[in-house]
Amino acid sequence: MNIHEYQAKELLKSYDVLVPSGGVAFNAVQAGRIAEEIGGSAWVVKAQIHAGGRGKAGGVKVVGSVDEVKKAADAMIGNRLITHQTGPEGSLVQRVWIEQASDIKKEFYLGFLIDRGTQRITVVASGEGGVEIEEVARESPEKIIKEVIDPAIGLRDFQCRKVATAIGLKGKLMPQAVKLMKAIYRCMRDKDALQAEINPLAIVASGDEKLIVLDAKFSFDDNALYRQKIITEMRDLAEEDPKEVEASGHGLNYIALDGNIGCIVNGAGLAMASLDAITLHGGRPANFLDVGGGASPEKVTNACRIVLEDPNVKCILVNIFAGINRCDWIAKGLIQACNSLHIKVPLIVRLAGTNVDEGRKILAESDLSFLTAENLDAAAAKAVEIAGKNQL
Amino acid sequence: MSIFVNKNSKVIFQGFTGEHATFHAEDALKIGTQVVGGVTPGKGGTTHLGLPVFDTVAEAVAATGADVSAVFVPPPFNADALMEAIDAGIKIAVTIADGVPIHDMVRLQRYRVGRDTIIIGPNTPGIITPEECKVGIMPSHIYQKGKVGIVSRSGTLNYEATEQIAALGLGISTSVGIGGDPINGTDFVTVLRAFEADPETEIVVMIGEIGGPQEVAAARWAKENMSKPVVGFVAGIAAPAGRRMGHAGAIISNEADTAKAKMDTMEALGLYVSRNPAHIGATVRRAMEENGIAID
Repeated sequence: MNIHEYQAKELLKSYDVLVPSGGVAFNAVQAGRIAEEIGGSAWVVKAQIHAGGRGKAGGVKVVGSVDEVKKAADAMIGNRLITHQTGPEGSLVQRVWIEQASDIKKEFYLGFLIDRGTQRITVVASGEGGVEIEEVARESPEKIIKEVIDPAIGLRDFQCRKVATAIGLKGKLMPQAVKLMKAIYRCMRDKDALQAEINPLAIVASGDEKLIVLDAKFSFDDNALYRQKIITEMRDLAEEDPKEVEASGHGLNYIALDGNIGCIVNGAGLAMASLDAITLHGGRPANFLDVGGGASPEKVTNACRIVLEDPNVKCILVNIFAGINRCDWIAKGLIQACNSLHIKVPLIVRLAGTNVDEGRKILAESDLSFLTAENLDAAAAKAVEIAGKNQL
Repeated sequence: MSIFVNKNSKVIFQGFTGEHATFHAEDALKIGTQVVGGVTPGKGGTTHLGLPVFDTVAEAVAATGADVSAVFVPPPFNADALMEAIDAGIKIAVTIADGVPIHDMVRLQRYRVGRDTIIIGPNTPGIITPEECKVGIMPSHIYQKGKVGIVSRSGTLNYEATEQIAALGLGISTSVGIGGDPINGTDFVTVLRAFEADPETEIVVMIGEIGGPQEVAAARWAKENMSKPVVGFVAGIAAPAGRRMGHAGAIISNEADTAKAKMDTMEALGLYVSRNPAHIGATVRRAMEENGIAID
């Protein structure tokens, strides 16, 4: 689960991390009021969507008057912002964050992630801030510093000093860097975050030099939300695909893709492999869908309905290798779905595993015309052939 | 022989009296698994399926001599149950739960340092040595005894590969699911090492997924250390970047995470790569022929 920048800043503030003073607004009037409250002579208005690349797309405006704050907010709210991460349809901006503009001296990158190689939380830092870290990693990997944290001991001061020195933070900024890194680590651990990315972390000067978080991105472990009430409340469903949200409510794992062959499969691995087989036969899958274990007729019906909501779907490939599942239940579910949803597109069904003979018999004895396939390869080939025909 | 579990393994179930544990304990007993009891805190002293129930793993181990545990404990309590198994001296703990918080796994892997319990999972179908011992949730009837070792992240893709191998008239020495999560208790390398040392296994099939560096690390290890042929497949050729494809660990975060990049590296390191999930069986046949392993 991801959260907005303003939520990440509020979260960090609760861990005593310095962030610019600001507030969130849902309309231009509120935006103006916030600018007046926080004071100063320059403000930044930032569109709040989960996708990155907002700056280049016009979702971040630096302005010099309260009037301009209102104008910028008005231009953003209610419109769709298209960045390289949103796709061509963009994301609807429903709120903006207004903060005091900072006098930036230098920018850094500071990230915390769970490294799959070491299986530990790792600090990733670079003196090159404000740009995408992937780019730095590609162009000049020597500029990326990594420090692995032992979960039994936690992040030590000396490790923070090591990282700070390596990215060029010294003198009076050193103790600030140590405090900040330890706070972010604590926040990540306490809140079950998968990733915390501060980009940029900046040195700003208004009097004494200070380290401040100018942008922050957090993602959290869905599997831990049951113990993270505060984080769960931050969820913004508007940022998620409504069909994926609906599917997950039915215990289904659905991801929309851009092809025309609908897929209903059990198990994530076999579901991925089914998309692969379709692609290798020259076809294009319309979705990923894992019905999971214990697929009841209701679950199968819901899966069919969700897949068919996509108008591009020309046929559906059902690929079930039943372990905990039972092929006879799946077959009954498919018949129920065909009858209740009046399915017009062809269904290609491959059944294997537990109770396969019963399942095949149920399909064969029904008065509906299912296309059956003996194995994965034949099923994928048939689906691709039919999707091609239905295209014409 | 086989790896990790066999007919001499003494198996307990943690979360024994639950619905899934009961169902799969019965199935395990049917294929000859020595299930010796189970643990459900608060139900110690009772019996279930005619077997003793204990409050703690330590009591179960002391009374039954169990060395393997099938952990059917829900995600919020799963890591704690695993630590209990480690503490009680269990040698192999297989954990089925899908949804264990990743920070719990980070702490668990730290707890395991210096102790020698093998943790298989979480989010795994488990492990099976056909006709001897099943510790997991797979349909045991599709697994015939034989000379092919299988290790996979996914459950259903493991079944798929098993069926393709069975169609060749071949069986399985042991099948291990390491699980679909970003942090696995046991990695591919550990399983490959065990297969290399097992006289009954003559060829190994390794089925990976998008996301993480494990498949490539295992292929490198195999090139340096294995005398037996390894057949590889990586699911997710058609997966878009940045999306979690059902499994928590199946996400492309960078170029090296893609199925193509992993399979390219595997091939360059001398593995037999099946580029198509439907051709795993055929690739096994080719690898056996080229290595003079009898298909019978």
